[in-house]
Amino acid sequence: MRETTGEKIFRTIVLIGLTLFVALPLYVMITTSMKPLGDVQAGFSWLPSTITFQPFIEMWSTVPLARYFMNSLIVTLAATLLSVTVATLAAYAVSRWRFHGRGPFMTTVLSTQMFPGVLFLLPLYLIFVNIDTMFGVPLVGTRIGLTITYLTFSLPFAIWMLVGYFDGIPRELDQAGKVDGAGNLTILLRIILPAARPGIVAVAIYAFMTAWGEVLFASVLTTEDTRTLAVGLQQYSTQTNVYWNQVLAASLAVSIPVVAGFLMMQKNFVAGLTAGAVK
Amino acid sequence: MSSLTAPEDTTTPPKRPDARPPRRPRRHLFPYLIIAPAVLLELLIHIIPMATGFWMSFVELTKFFIRRWLEAPFVGLENYSIAIDLNTPVGQELLNSFLVTVGFTALVVGLSWGLGMAAAVALQRPFRGRGVFRTLFLIPYALPLYASVITWNFMLQRDTGVINHVLVDQLGILEDAPFWLIGDNAFVSVVVVAIWRMWPFAFLMFMAGLQSIPGELYEASAIDGAGPTRQWRSITLPMLAPVNQTMLLVMFLWVFNDFNTPYVLFGSAQPPAGDLISFHIYNASFLSWDFGVGSAMSVLLLLFLLAVSLVYLYFTQWKKEKRNA
Repeated sequence: MRETTGEKIFRTIVLIGLTLFVALPLYVMITTSMKPLGDVQAGFSWLPSTITFQPFIEMWSTVPLARYFMNSLIVTLAATLLSVTVATLAAYAVSRWRFHGRGPFMTTVLSTQMFPGVLFLLPLYLIFVNIDTMFGVPLVGTRIGLTITYLTFSLPFAIWMLVGYFDGIPRELDQAGKVDGAGNLTILLRIILPAARPGIVAVAIYAFMTAWGEVLFASVLTTEDTRTLAVGLQQYSTQTNVYWNQVLAASLAVSIPVVAGFLMMQKNFVAGLTAGAVK
Repeated sequence: MSSLTAPEDTTTPPKRPDARPPRRPRRHLFPYLIIAPAVLLELLIHIIPMATGFWMSFVELTKFFIRRWLEAPFVGLENYSIAIDLNTPVGQELLNSFLVTVGFTALVVGLSWGLGMAAAVALQRPFRGRGVFRTLFLIPYALPLYASVITWNFMLQRDTGVINHVLVDQLGILEDAPFWLIGDNAFVSVVVVAIWRMWPFAFLMFMAGLQSIPGELYEASAIDGAGPTRQWRSITLPMLAPVNQTMLLVMFLWVFNDFNTPYVLFGSAQPPAGDLISFHIYNASFLSWDFGVGSAMSVLLLLFLLAVSLVYLYFTQWKKEKRNA
């Protein structure tokens, strides 16, 4: 079937418009990160007067960026690992067995996924404060506390998506495993996991991205020592100056690994994300 | 969800001559065992906090009681009446924030939907460079939120930002360089930034949905003389209905609850025109340390979202059943 002229014009307009819209911030971020501070303060210019990589060096000392980076990395990896593991086990149970409480469990999981974060923030904050005063277990301002709260976003989504994925894996495979004398855990590890790998990867990416970009809980539940990138980046502004070139250099630096990872896994992610929605 | 019975839940297991005796108890214990961590975590991160939040909305939880909040006095519905009393600044601000959020959500969801659909349709046919556009359009979705919103904050600065540079200096559309992050313009700013982040999600979902439409449908309709607009209305839209239904609800809830965009864009001093509701509740709670009223506002927000979702699901499911009947 041939493309009409109208379709070509439509396509060209849409692609040019959206490309400008999407690319403008990316262009500004990249070029500004290579400008001297004087350039930035003199008003916007499309090109740097001189290209400098100084902002990428100075950004580490203006704020303790390395510490924030490590905090983000630890919390994000812990949240990702925990939610993927817990969700995989739960989704296997829900997908392969009928048991008491299965329906209510899934309803809870589905509905909590949608609730506003601020709804959980106040109670979690108070519960953490209370656990601290009653049992002496510090959670406010610790990485463990933050990791637990990040599960509020990633766990329901992970369970919901993996159940859909596991349901799509034919039960004949499980039965073949059974006949060979494999136990339930062996079937999960040897048959289900490999077959559901795209879904598990998608869930992991989602958990990583939400935790890496989260701001609300991090702003309340961290202290100077445990602050994550999301909150830490705001400290490039002093009372007299905003070090815009360094802010954007740091933003660029923390974005590149995430964006690269996402684009590499893109196909998995799309397939996984839509598996639940399209059905 | 499939309604097949689990392999070992069948009443009569396949008889094999050397079959081992059935291991009944373990068989029934296993699903409970592996779901236990998820149930415990759900209790800890969702159920208990929600019950606590509900209870918090009925007690006086000001800064005097934060450290020993279990002793906070019960005040009944007082927090709710404070939250919605339109004769006080608290009530007026909450109403303003709610209305701002409704407008924000309608614009962001609507325009993201349109842009995502346009991009997906434009990229439906193979052509040279399709992969480049596909990748480029997904970048805003993959970028960490604060990185992109901080960049927008810089772009919207009055004296050093690219937006005023283009609008005032280069195109001369505006005379005086306006402030974009304070005053009424703040609404426009937060809408544009949120769309920039949200539309690639719609694009992603539509792209995947389009792949499931068989090409023969378009060919057959072209033979019958249908043009692109007619094809879009009669084939593309109906075939995308299941994707649409889930996606609109999810986007509505995400956008309505958006805290991060205004927080990073405006800092702690959000202008009334950009005072989105999650951010408003956060400020009402942590700036004035009145968790009771903050919780009452959260519960009201939850009830509103729940009501909208249920009405939405009722109508979409009802329509589906009618179609199938």
